[in-house]
Amino acid sequence: MTYTKRLDGRKADELRPMEAKAGVIPNADGSAYFRAGKTTAYVAVYGPRELFPRFKQDPKKGLLRCHYGMLPFSGCGDRIRPGNSRRGQEISMVMEKALAPVIDLSAFPNAVVDVFINLPQTDAGTRCAAISGAAIALADAGIPMKDMISSVSMGQVDGTILADLNYDEEAYDGVVSDIPVAMTHNTKEVTLLQMDGEISKDDLIKALELAKAATEKVYEVQIKALKDKFTKK
Amino acid sequence: MSTILIKEKDIVTPGEVLAEGMDYLPGPNTYRAGEKIISKVLGVAFISGRAIKITPLAGPYIPKTRDKIIAQVIDIAMSGWRVDTNTAYSAMMNVKDATTRFIKRDEDLSKILAIGDYVVVSITKVTSQNLIDVSMKEPGLRKIEGGRIIKINPQKVPRIIGKEGSMITLIKNKTGCEITIGQNGLVWIKGTPENELKTQQVITFIENNSHTPGLTEQVEKLFK
Repeated sequence: MTYTKRLDGRKADELRPMEAKAGVIPNADGSAYFRAGKTTAYVAVYGPRELFPRFKQDPKKGLLRCHYGMLPFSGCGDRIRPGNSRRGQEISMVMEKALAPVIDLSAFPNAVVDVFINLPQTDAGTRCAAISGAAIALADAGIPMKDMISSVSMGQVDGTILADLNYDEEAYDGVVSDIPVAMTHNTKEVTLLQMDGEISKDDLIKALELAKAATEKVYEVQIKALKDKFTKK
Repeated sequence: MSTILIKEKDIVTPGEVLAEGMDYLPGPNTYRAGEKIISKVLGVAFISGRAIKITPLAGPYIPKTRDKIIAQVIDIAMSGWRVDTNTAYSAMMNVKDATTRFIKRDEDLSKILAIGDYVVVSITKVTSQNLIDVSMKEPGLRKIEGGRIIKINPQKVPRIIGKEGSMITLIKNKTGCEITIGQNGLVWIKGTPENELKTQQVITFIENNSHTPGLTEQVEKLFK
């Protein structure tokens, strides 16, 4: 049995419908809303501001700090405990590492840029939605960035390579792999690569090739969100 | 052969390729990668001769010497005050930069400037680590009394002031308010409560519409 027809009727390389908006949180220095299918992320950026605790200050450059969290009602009914969790800490860490290569904080020694991500509704691919949203919010906050970061999850379900898996596909009964990827726009450098499941080396390379086209689609949505903020009346 | 991929006053995003080829030069907020010139911030592109520069639409205030800013006293030190500059860095103001009067060694500094007071100051020195020194010893610099203070996007300060102060003069004449704009995005408005409110609304309008053409006409319309 192979997985030829996707559960939600998409083509293999088709992403879920995406929507993005910049500047949704007036209090924040920069903010964004990013939705891919049923996964929605709100991102707020504060800073650069003074960094505490003091021992974390770096006199050479500013620090980027991410805070990832799923809201209690965001899953499918089981209350998700809010606050710091082992999983949240890991995702915050990989997000910092995924965004750091493009962000230039050399002009802000000893300072910090805080990125807060909350997901009110989740359906797999949360870290990808969070990274794509965070890139919009950081640009909206006017933080110098060498490039844009776009993220999408690739995967293989029962031998078929797919883009942007949803939860039903991740939980499919068979051999499944889930590979979140984040890439820069101009150079197509990979800044995030994680994997869950099983996949052969050749298929992984194929999936990463497809990720280039997939992240490009995310990039278009991100750019549109930033430009719309200033062109819409 | 060089090609320019954007038009004057286009809104550009980080990572957007602005031009290809070696005939163009990367200006402020852009960088060169191989043959390409790429934007570093979200902003408006300007082409001046062969250089491409970008004016950011958002972003933090970068302290510069001789900038006039509005700051708040947050701490009192042995011989001066620590002030918050609305950036990630606080600034120091020495007693001798605050007043011309002779201050005795054991005088209570909080009698001169207390914690929480706002001051209009000018930046005298900024180091590479963004340590800031400020002074209040120039004409027009003083402690702020009365009125209200609002925060705006520091990148919109030049729009609120206008060309040679045209916009700010227009608002001052129409409302009769005393307005002081700090380069760090803090604005002090003093007048009657109604006029203060009107001024605040106009400034917020300019802040939100600064990238649209015919701004002065739009602002004049607000006063009709």
